[in-house]
Amino acid sequence: MHELSVVESMIAIVLKHAQANGARKVKKINLVLGEMSTIMEEPVRFYFEIIGKDTIAEGAELAFERKPLIAMCSSCGCEFGVSNYDFTCPKCGALDTEIISGREFRVDSIEIE
Amino acid sequence: MEIEVLEGVFDANEIIARENRRILDSKNVFMVNLMSGPGAGKTSLVLRTLEALSGKLRCAVIEGDVTGKVDSERIADAGVIAIQINTGGSCHLEAKQVNTALGRLDLESIDLLIVENVGNLVCPAEFRIGEDLKAMILSVAEGDDKPLKYPLMFSESDVLIINKVDLLPFTDFDIGRLKETVKKMNPRIEIFEVSCKTGDGIGEWSSWLKKKVSG
Repeated sequence: MHELSVVESMIAIVLKHAQANGARKVKKINLVLGEMSTIMEEPVRFYFEIIGKDTIAEGAELAFERKPLIAMCSSCGCEFGVSNYDFTCPKCGALDTEIISGREFRVDSIEIE
Repeated sequence: MEIEVLEGVFDANEIIARENRRILDSKNVFMVNLMSGPGAGKTSLVLRTLEALSGKLRCAVIEGDVTGKVDSERIADAGVIAIQINTGGSCHLEAKQVNTALGRLDLESIDLLIVENVGNLVCPAEFRIGEDLKAMILSVAEGDDKPLKYPLMFSESDVLIINKVDLLPFTDFDIGRLKETVKKMNPRIEIFEVSCKTGDGIGEWSSWLKKKVSG
C-alpha cells in the first residue's frame, strides 16, 4: 500500500523535470531500486498506470536498475556485499559498518520528447 | 532526449522531516517514533511509559492509525494530551502529517513527544518524521524469526523493546538467538525486555529514555 504515496512522489519528480525541460511526452523513466528498499517493482508499476494517467508521463516505460546491498567497514575500510543482513565485516570482524548502497529508491533520469 | 534527474523519491519527505526536527529542537522537545506490527503492544507501552515518567517529564502523544480514535482515547483517559492522525488507508505516518499535528500542540509545554506509528513492520521504517529516536517493539507472541523477514525496521531502529516476556515460558521464542541476529544487523541497537502486562522491565526502559530526553 505504501507504494501509492511513493509513486505520487515519483511522478511529481518526473513531471517537475519534464516540464522544466519543455517535454511534450515522457517516454522512459530510469529508476534505481536498492535491494534493502521495501519498495516493490510490481505495485509501483500498478500505481504508476493509475496515477500517471492523463499526465505527460502516461504510458512511459519504467526501467528498474537493482542495486545490491553493500556496506563499508568503519574499522578497516573494506567494502563488502551483505548477505542475510549480517553486517559483520568479513575481513576484520568489526560490527561498525555503514550501508553505502542498497537502500535507495531514486529517479536517475528520464527520456523525453 | 535523456535528462539526468538523480532525485530520491523520499527526498520530499526528508525535507519536511528535517523541518520537524528544527521546530522540535527550537522548543527542546524530544520525539520518539514508536513502531511495531499490529498488536505488539505500542499503546500499552506508551501508557506504561507515561505512568513511569509522570511528574518527571511533560509528555504528549501523537497517535497514527488507519482509522478511528481508540488509541488516542486510551491515552486521553490517562490524562495525557493525545492528537489522533487518521491516515485514511495509508500504512505509515509521513513527515507532513506529523508536521500538521505539531501545529496543534503547545510544544513549549512538552519535553517528550511519543509518536505511535501505524501498526506495520514494513513501511514506517522508510519514512523519517523528524524523530530523535526510532524505537520498535517485537512481542514474544510474534516469534523470534522477524528480523530477517523485516530487515529494514530492525536495522533502522535505535531501540528494540521485546514485549510480552511474561509469555516466554509458553513459547519456543529464543531471546538469545533474536539478540544475536539483531546485533549483527544493527550493532548500535539498544535492547530492552519488558512486559506491559506485569510491568517488568518498564522501569529500566523509562529511566533510559528519561536520560536520553534530559541528555
